[in-house]
Parts: sequence; C-alpha cells; structure tokens
Amino acid sequence: MPQYLLSVWHDEDYAVDFSTPEAQARVAQISAFNDELQQSGAWVFAAGLHPASSATVVRPSGDHVSMTDGPYAETKEQMGGFWIIQAADLDVALELAAKGAAASGGPIEVRPTQG
Amino acid sequence: MTETLDAVFRREAGRCTATLIRVLGDIDLAEDAVAEAFAIAAEQWPKRGIPPNPGGWITTTARNRAIDRLRRESTRVERYITAHHMHEQDIDPDSTPEREALDRFVDVVPDDQLRLMFLCCHPALAADSQVALTLRLLGGLETGEIARAFLMPEATIAQRIVRAKRKLRDNHAPYRIPGAAELPDRLNAVLASIYLIYTEGHTATAGPALTRLDLSAEAIRIGRVLATLMPDEPEVIGLLALMLLTEARRPSRLDAHGSMVRLADQDRSRWNPDLIAEGHELVRACLRRNQPGPFQIQAAIAAVHTDAATAANTDWSQIVALYDQLHAIAPNPVVALNRAVAVGMLAGPAAGLHALADVNLPDYQPYHAARADLLTRAARVAEAIAAYDRAIELTTNPAEREFLSRQRQHATTTPSPS
Repeated sequence: MPQYLLSVWHDEDYAVDFSTPEAQARVAQISAFNDELQQSGAWVFAAGLHPASSATVVRPSGDHVSMTDGPYAETKEQMGGFWIIQAADLDVALELAAKGAAASGGPIEVRPTQG
Repeated sequence: MTETLDAVFRREAGRCTATLIRVLGDIDLAEDAVAEAFAIAAEQWPKRGIPPNPGGWITTTARNRAIDRLRRESTRVERYITAHHMHEQDIDPDSTPEREALDRFVDVVPDDQLRLMFLCCHPALAADSQVALTLRLLGGLETGEIARAFLMPEATIAQRIVRAKRKLRDNHAPYRIPGAAELPDRLNAVLASIYLIYTEGHTATAGPALTRLDLSAEAIRIGRVLATLMPDEPEVIGLLALMLLTEARRPSRLDAHGSMVRLADQDRSRWNPDLIAEGHELVRACLRRNQPGPFQIQAAIAAVHTDAATAANTDWSQIVALYDQLHAIAPNPVVALNRAVAVGMLAGPAAGLHALADVNLPDYQPYHAARADLLTRAARVAEAIAAYDRAIELTTNPAEREFLSRQRQHATTTPSPS
C-alpha cells in the first residue's frame, strides 16, 4: 500500500511549553488522531520534533564529514513533527491529512514515499 | 480525408484515453495506445476507405492495443483477474469467456470520462496545470496547440503537463468519481477549470488569431460532455448555459476594425439565435429545479440580456435582483462591481457610483472602466478622464485599449448631461 509523509510545519520558534491549556488540548487532539490512525491501520510511524534550533547538519566533505549547528534550511517555517501513514490512494491520504491538520492546528504537507 | 480524421480524433480521443487510463492504470500508456490507433487509422483509411463507424474503429483498435499490452504484462493480467474474480489457474487469452471478459473490461463507459475530468482537476494540482491537463487528455489537444492558444512557450506547457502527470502517478491519485461528501468541492474545481478555458478563449484577442485554437469552443465541447454525463447537477447545466449565452453574443463583440463593442452598442441581429434558444432552455430547466448556484445565476443574467430586443429594453431590475442573489451566495468584489453597473443602468449614474463606493478593486481594469463610464454620465469629466487613464494603463488587450481610448476621447469632447 502506498505510504505518505505527513509533515507538520511551524514557525521556527514555536512554543514547547506543554503546560498551557491550549497545548494540553492540542496534545489530546493529536493523541485522539493517532489512536484513529492506529485503529484504521493507517499508522506506520509518527513523532513530534524538538525545535529546529536543536538540529545539527552533518555533511560529507571529501573523505570526512563536517558538522554545523542549526537546521539545514534557514527558513522561517520548520518541520515540527510528522506522521508516516499508509493509505489506499492520494484521496484517502488527503482526507487523513485534513484530520491531522485540524488536530495539530497547522498546515500539513502530504508527500508520497518512493516505491 | 485529414479533416475527417481530425474530426474523429477530436471527438474520440478524450473518450478513448479516459477508458484506457482505467484499463492500463497509467496515463502515458493510455495516451500511447490512443496515438497508436490514430496512427494506424492515418495509414489505413486512405487506402481502405473510412470505416462505417470511424469512432468505434478507433476505440476498438486502441482497445486491442491495450489488450495486447495486458497480455504481455502478465502481472497486470493477474491483478485484473483477481479484481474480476476469475480464478482459473491457466488462462488462455484466446478462449471465448476470457476474451469476452477482457472486452467488457475495456468497454468504453461514460463514467470513465467523468473519472478523467475529476483526475485532471484534482485539487492537488494547481489551476493552470488542471487546465493544461484537461485540454490535453480530455480535449485531445496537442501540447503545441495548447501552448499557442495560451500564447505560451510550448516547453512551458509540456513541462506543466509532464509534472502534473508525474505528480498524479507518484501520489497514487485514484481514478474514480468522488463520493457524495466531497463531490460539491471536486465538481466546483472541474467547473472552474472549464470556465477558465472558456474565458481565456473569449477575452484573448491578442496574437495571431488564425493560428490559435478556439479555446471557447473547446470549453463548450467539454461542457457539453459534462452536461451529458451529469445531467442532474444544476451547476453543470448552469455553466453550459452561461457559456452558450456568452458565445451567442461573440460575433458582435468586436467591430470590423477589431475594436471592442460594449454590450449596449452591439448589433443584436448578429447574435446567434440557436445558441440563445439552447441557453434559455437550459436556464429554464435550472429555474424549475430551484437549486441556484453561481453559474446558474450568471447564466440567468446572460439570459436576461439576450432576452432584450434592444439595449434600452433590458430588464435592469431583474438583473440587479440576480446580482443581489449572486452576491448573497458568492460574495466577491467583481460581483459587487457588476451589480453597481446594473444599478447605474436601472437608477442612473449617481446611484451606480453610490453602489460602487463599497467596491475596492484598485488594480482591476474593469472597475476603472465602469467607474469612468458612470462618471462620464454623471458629467464629472475630470474624474472620468483620470479613471479612463487608470483603466487604459491596466489594459493588456489591444481591442480593449482601443475601446477605452475612444471612450476617453468621447468623454472629453461631449460631456453628457447628468
């Protein structure tokens, strides 16, 4: 069955304070969506990410590698988390993404995996 | 001879492609099979004569190409057999039941064309890609024809089509008619795409007209197919009616010098009575159904215009009422602008300008042109000239620029009484 990456996008400096009532409600919505994915068999994997400032870029450079601080893309919007789902086709994946967007309260990019 | 083959191609290409995409599960393979069938026709018909049913001949030949391909690719045949509950272990492709089942599988069904329309106008594709793909796959147009029609480089259109097809394939876009819950949104995308093709053909008067394909005629052709396939969708009928009634007035839109003629000054004897009759019949059918939508209301407005024997006889109160209805269900500044123009015709330029006061379209040429006309009629000459200048500045179309320049000249020389 085709698999899709559903990535969640945030402003670079999104809040990680999970103690606020808003964040708690968001966590509950996402958790309910995760349950739905697992029950329907669409679930493959999912994770929320620490802010982009926690990222390190590792680059091949000749026969060694170099490391730099920070996210690869210096953009205002950064990936904040993702799901990998399996779905019969694009329309099913988009329908699930719509539910995921409602649960997470932000835009979701849907991208098919190869193979 | 080539004319006939072209005509058959135009009529059958979209239909064959639609079915073969289902059979082969791949857009490119389907296009190849259809192209192959037409290549065989181009070679055989001049020698053996045109078959009695040329369309059927093309379909059958393309189907046979598809069957050959299915046989060669055993995995596809197995998948098809699984899907169709044929559990025999050893398949003899020439045995009659197998052959008949294959034949049924590749039968041309009208639903295929609908599937193709929804695929071409999938919301995952940008609007310009939807338009290009619709014309290519459903309209059976060559990439070069589409490019010339849009006055764009062929490479741009080719790339747009290739990318759209690749996106649909990589994403495993389904080949199906959307379910009831999503149908309204998905159908709106199809209607918007067809109307975009129509308006492009209707307004684009720039460029060498003789070498350009008539996009408006293509849009009407596709609109007719959709109306046959979805006769119970009032907006589908509304769109067709709107296109027919707009098309009916087309012969009088430009004068002998290629300059635009506004509705009030058009020679109504040149309007196409057959298209008007057909459009009015469709509008009446929509009214009976009483499920109004934006295309139906716009068609009703066009019907009121074409109902008037002279511009002075236009029922402006009816038109204002229809614009009010349109603005209630689909509010947008362009509708408000058109409503203000109608108010100006019904109740005079001061009332029109008053209605226009709420409209904010600073970069929209028709806004300034309409405002200039109302100001001229209200004898506010200096403001009218300024509005014409802004409208002319925003115009890219030579026929419209010519028209506006003449209107501007007219405003300076003969200021009308208010």
